[in-house]
Amino acid sequence: MRRSAATATANAAVNAAARAAAAAVTVAALLATATGCGGGSTDGAGSNSAPDELTYWASNQGADIAADQAALGPELKKFEERTGIKVKLEVIPWSDLLNRILAATASGQGPDVLNIGNTWSASLQATGALLPWTAENFQAIGGRDRFVASAMGSAGAAGQDPAAVPLYSMAYALYYNKRMFQEAGIEKPPATWDELVETGRRISGGGTSGTWALGAEGANLANNIHQVFVLSRQHGGSFFDAAGKPTFDTPANVDAVKQYVDLMARDRIVAPGNAEYDKNQSLQDFASGRTAMVLWQSAATSFKAHGMKEGDWGTAPVPVPAGAAPGTGGASVNSMVAGINMAVFKNTDNLDGALKFVGFMTSDEEQKVLNRTYGSIPPVKAAQGDPAFADQDLTVLRDTLATSAAPLPQVPEESQFETTVGTAVKELFADAAAGRPVTTESVRAKLAKAQQQMAN
Amino acid sequence: MTSAPMTSAPGTVPPGTAPQSAPTAGPTAAGRTGGGVAARLRRSGGGPRRPGRARRGALPYLLLLPALLLELLVHLVPMVMGILMSFRKLTQFFIQDWSRAPWTGFDNYELAVDVNRPVGKALLDSFLTTCLFTFLSVALCWLLGTAAAVFTQHSFRGRGLLRALFFVPYALPAYAAVITWAFMFQRDNGLVNHVIHDQLGLGGAEHTFWLIGDNSFWAMLTVSVWKSWPFAFLIVTAALQNIPRDLYEAAALDGAGVWQQIRRITLPSLGPVNQVLVLVLFLWTFNDFNTPFLLFGRSAPEAADLVSVHIYQSSFVTWNFGTGSAMSVLLLLFLLLVTAAYLLLTGRGRKDADAR
Repeated sequence: MRRSAATATANAAVNAAARAAAAAVTVAALLATATGCGGGSTDGAGSNSAPDELTYWASNQGADIAADQAALGPELKKFEERTGIKVKLEVIPWSDLLNRILAATASGQGPDVLNIGNTWSASLQATGALLPWTAENFQAIGGRDRFVASAMGSAGAAGQDPAAVPLYSMAYALYYNKRMFQEAGIEKPPATWDELVETGRRISGGGTSGTWALGAEGANLANNIHQVFVLSRQHGGSFFDAAGKPTFDTPANVDAVKQYVDLMARDRIVAPGNAEYDKNQSLQDFASGRTAMVLWQSAATSFKAHGMKEGDWGTAPVPVPAGAAPGTGGASVNSMVAGINMAVFKNTDNLDGALKFVGFMTSDEEQKVLNRTYGSIPPVKAAQGDPAFADQDLTVLRDTLATSAAPLPQVPEESQFETTVGTAVKELFADAAAGRPVTTESVRAKLAKAQQQMAN
Repeated sequence: MTSAPMTSAPGTVPPGTAPQSAPTAGPTAAGRTGGGVAARLRRSGGGPRRPGRARRGALPYLLLLPALLLELLVHLVPMVMGILMSFRKLTQFFIQDWSRAPWTGFDNYELAVDVNRPVGKALLDSFLTTCLFTFLSVALCWLLGTAAAVFTQHSFRGRGLLRALFFVPYALPAYAAVITWAFMFQRDNGLVNHVIHDQLGLGGAEHTFWLIGDNSFWAMLTVSVWKSWPFAFLIVTAALQNIPRDLYEAAALDGAGVWQQIRRITLPSLGPVNQVLVLVLFLWTFNDFNTPFLLFGRSAPEAADLVSVHIYQSSFVTWNFGTGSAMSVLLLLFLLLVTAAYLLLTGRGRKDADAR
């Protein structure tokens, strides 16, 4: 009895110790599949050995996965009728998408065609797993000129063939609750940050009125990055230098991050509770009338899903510093180029079919259908002119994309940047919420730490 | 469990009946024990060795072979690969074909253990946090589990219901349970703050942050103990069934109180079970990934930065699988060391006790 107990203990120890190497084991298992079972050709050459079928990983764009399946289903059917190629669809939630792509990259067992967040373009390009969009490949889908320039700027590192083509474009805007603005006697949405703080103080009353002026998503790393990226550009800063080296703790970046966190810490127009938001709670607050404004990307469909009606909210460009005229570069940048790109795995076994499918999804006709469904802007010029994208809401987004949006740094380390600097901002929000001072020094220290973590 | 040979023998084989029944059961007995007893009886009777014995000696190993191969495939191969990866610079540039990743010798390890640089310092902080967290969690789980098991040892009305209730956290899917906790810990609309601040009026009207800042440690500890203590309860409850009631009756006759019975009979009898229980709880808690990840997402607050999430972040989020693997290997070594030392110490302690 004693003996078997000891054996059981030893087994448990070995098992648990094996689990200790969780991350390593997972990756290793993936690699084992890659090397052992010899799935897709790891040298990366595509083929046409399975011309009748494609696997497509779509990102979750609609309210839920079922909504995406309902939206994409008929379009894929249309494609099958025209070409005879059956597309197997898998809709993947955002939280899983990057890990799934990494696993597919490591194992060679991926889809043929997939959606990627456009900010990951350069990172994924560096893995070498995606088909480069050479002039020849572009020819197959009607040419590079069909796409809006700002969207193409977010499809891979400069000077290389893009790793993906734009599919849906989005931009940040200032959304405001019309009724709350009216009740506070505010006539027009703020155009500069000074006006925003001034307007915000009137609504928030320093936290005494029960409602708050602005919603923030303090623990959401990606959102933090999008906001401080814009502010950094407005301060003339940049998070990476021309050589692609991180420059997180420059004075301009420190000012930008401090300005963003100060909306809670100093100006008190953001509720302290927002410091822990990371599941889009700020959109819920906005929809239920607890906050009057929110800075968000293409949020109309989300508001409707939360029960708001068209006309309840207004849309305005994200504020800029006083004196910055729109469309004049640096200081007038007021959004990242947000969106979804479409990429082809290099080792696909249906290369021609994959190109046909990308051509179909980026055709003028499909662009109108899909972007209308998702409330996004078509990155294809001809489709963008459609009257369906000319209402007040989308006009603001379209103009922003056309004149004042800039792509996030297209460097391989982009995803590390999101994690490290996004975490720094999250921690600063936590400080602000707990009443600890947020100073130029504390901001610089956090950014310096983030930069050191990039050094590995 | 040490008491098992002594106490369970009378239960399973009534004394005096075994010798008579064994020979008749011998030829037809399917169970290993029956055959064993029969064989032993035959041997003690001086019978000749059966010719099939040599072949039967190889059979168990043949039967074990598939399991052994699977064990190698499932456990050892990935572990070896993980160890190999830790000596390479495996970043996103190489994951498509990791055989191209350059060998870096001990660079990844140097980075991980150099506490004067941010990566090493963060790992050390995370490691110390994890140690404290594990110690507190295991201690509380064991204490709660044992107390509840002793409390429900003797039958009373509603005992089954109470036991079932205690098991609920263990039966719930971890994901759903921890997400629910995350919502309960929200500052503005969470149940925890509502009860503490609004209803009990503790700590003023200002709500507390549980998911960011230093309090996140206590939030995580609460969820961890809530999630794991039913396991301790389950194991100790099972072990208590093995303590013969006559021991308690004899002790009661000698005038021992409840507390003395617990100290002199219950706890010593639980010794071997506790040895396994504490070790398993330690390993599970130390490696717990679900709780911190579901509570805090991929970037845990510093106060709650457990080493499992830290390694996940170092490899998956920053796409540096070599460094992540090196950290995993270090963790593996640490856990093996602790396990070996623990088994050695507790094993020796028990042998001494048995010798006395």
